[in-house]
Amino acid sequence: MFKLLEPNKIFSVTSKAPKYVLFLFIVVLSIGLTEALILSPEDYKQSHAVRIMYVHVPAAWIALGIFSSITFLSILGYIFKIKNFFLIAKSLAPSGFVFNIIALVTGSIWGKPTWGTWWAWDARITSMLILALFYLIYLLAWRIYENNEQLYKITSIITILGIINIPIIKYSVDWWNTLHQPASINILSKSSIHSSMLFPLFIMTAAFALFSLLIFLMKYNTELIKIKNKGLDRL
Amino acid sequence: MINDIFLMNGYGIYVLSSFVFTLISFLSLYFVVKVQYVRERNKFIAKFGNLKSERAAFAKSQIINKEILSNSSNF
Repeated sequence: MFKLLEPNKIFSVTSKAPKYVLFLFIVVLSIGLTEALILSPEDYKQSHAVRIMYVHVPAAWIALGIFSSITFLSILGYIFKIKNFFLIAKSLAPSGFVFNIIALVTGSIWGKPTWGTWWAWDARITSMLILALFYLIYLLAWRIYENNEQLYKITSIITILGIINIPIIKYSVDWWNTLHQPASINILSKSSIHSSMLFPLFIMTAAFALFSLLIFLMKYNTELIKIKNKGLDRL
Repeated sequence: MINDIFLMNGYGIYVLSSFVFTLISFLSLYFVVKVQYVRERNKFIAKFGNLKSERAAFAKSQIINKEILSNSSNF
């Protein structure tokens, strides 16, 4: 099964896919922005400030999802010695980092009208900041180390340490008294958000997921060409 | 109507700055990654052009190299 994921076999797909993903992303984002900024209702308590949720929440979800995927791929790659998994993980990291920054900045902007402050050293916000630092360290490790064996070991250790932070982020609002509100959307129980707000939230999440797929494909293709460039040097 | 969209009961500055920041981040990341892609692809094409005919034929026999050369105008 892993052989199906060999770069030589999937490059023909990954090299053609970005233009279709870009088109789909623009369509879904346009629908999402119309829903989020114009059609969705204002909140009875937060008024229009609630619209920040449509960029803040999807960005946070995707940042968490990408870091979990990077950890999973790094561990599998290290156990089964599959270099391509490290390459996929490396290509996912830039969009994960940018989504993490978006979640922090939009959260800070949302904090001002709702809590009266741009920043608080609250458990949820601080743990998200720590995740951004793990992303940064992970990306820097790829720049600093050149020896592949050393690089795979170090990036795996970084992701394993970083993944401990993921449940802390998720449950921080339940474990500690925080300014940040508890989760409004639960997979196992009924969500406390009305469907008129859930719909734009899911559309924006789909748009953000498409954008991270687009960046991943472009970055992955770049990494493959980089490897091929080294191959041509040896010819 | 237009005023309502932009002012949003006084929250417009917060809402719109969040959306603008997100879109600027998207555009910046897209262009940074695109520039890296184009740079590597151009490097590949230049190196390929410098190969002697025998070596170029060998390199071209690899599917992935053929794909890189044929997709030189992609996105």
